[in-house]
Amino acid sequence: MSRQVISTSLSVGLATGLYGVSFGAIGSAAGLGVPAVMLLSLLMFSGASQFAFVGIVAAGGAPITAISSAWLMGVRNSFYGLRLNSIISPRGLWRMLAAHLTIDESNAVSAAQEGLRDQKLGFWLTGGAVFIFWNTATLLGALAGNLFGSVEAWGLDGAAAAAFLGLLWPRLRNNLALAGIGALVALVAIPLTPAGVPVLLAAVVALLPIGGKN
Amino acid sequence: MISTVIFASLAVYSWKILGFLIPDRLIGERGRLIAERMTVSLLAALVMLQGFSTQSDLVLDARAASLVVAGALLAMRVPYIFVVLAGALVAAGARLLGL
Repeated sequence: MSRQVISTSLSVGLATGLYGVSFGAIGSAAGLGVPAVMLLSLLMFSGASQFAFVGIVAAGGAPITAISSAWLMGVRNSFYGLRLNSIISPRGLWRMLAAHLTIDESNAVSAAQEGLRDQKLGFWLTGGAVFIFWNTATLLGALAGNLFGSVEAWGLDGAAAAAFLGLLWPRLRNNLALAGIGALVALVAIPLTPAGVPVLLAAVVALLPIGGKN
Repeated sequence: MISTVIFASLAVYSWKILGFLIPDRLIGERGRLIAERMTVSLLAALVMLQGFSTQSDLVLDARAASLVVAGALLAMRVPYIFVVLAGALVAAGARLLGL
C-alpha cells in the first residue's frame, strides 16, 4: 500500500505547485515584494490564510486586518492537529515541525489511508512534498508572475477546485450525507457572512449529530 | 511589511500547534470521531468555496465545468494528478470558448 501513498503525496505536492505559482504572482502584484511573499509561503505555509493576507494588503487594508484575516482562516488547522496528534504522536521538535506541516492537504491524504502506518506516512510525505513544491512555485510566480498571465486564463482556479474534490473523494462514500450538508451550509453562508466564516460553519456541522455514517 | 508577515505567520501557527498540545486523553473516542468528521465537512466546504465563490458572492463560471469533469474522472478512478490537470484544462478551455 505504501507505493500508493507515495504517489498520492507527490501528486498532491505537484498539484499545489500549480496554484503556488498563482500565489507568488498575486502576492507580487499586491506589492509585497519577493522576500515578504516567500516568507508567507515558508513561515505561514497555509494557502487560504496566505491568500486572505495578500488580498487584504492588495486592497490597501490595515496590517491588523491582514493579520486577523489570516488568523481566522487558520482555525481549521487546530481541528486537523487534534486528529493528527492522536495518529502520529510527535515529540519535541518533531511536534513543532508536524504542526507547521498541518494543512488541508497533509491531513486529507493521511485521513484517506487505511492503516496507522500509511496514515503517518501520508501526513509526512504530503506535508513535505507540498512544502517543497509550494515554496518553489511561489518563488517562480513571485519572480516571473506577470510572464505567466492571469490565473484564470490558465484555469488554475479550476485546478484548485478539482484538487479539493480529489482530496474529499476517498472519504465521500462513507460520509456522503455529512459532506452534502457541509457543502450546503458553505454555499448558503458564502453570500451572507464574511470570508472565513462559511468554513467555520461547516466545521460546526461536524459537531452536530447529523449526516452520520451511511 | 516583513514584521506584519511574521506576526501573521505566528498567529496562524498558534492554531496549528494548539491541536497538538491538547492531551490525547482529553479528546477521547468521541473527539477523534468529530475530528474525522471535520475533515470531511471542511473539505466539502472548501470545494464549494473554491468552485462557486468570488470574494463574498456565489458565481457559476468555468470552474463548475472543472468540478463536473473532475467528478467524472474520479468516479473512473483516474489518478489524482490527472484530475487536477483536467480541472485546469477544462476551466481554461471553457474561458477560451467564452463561457
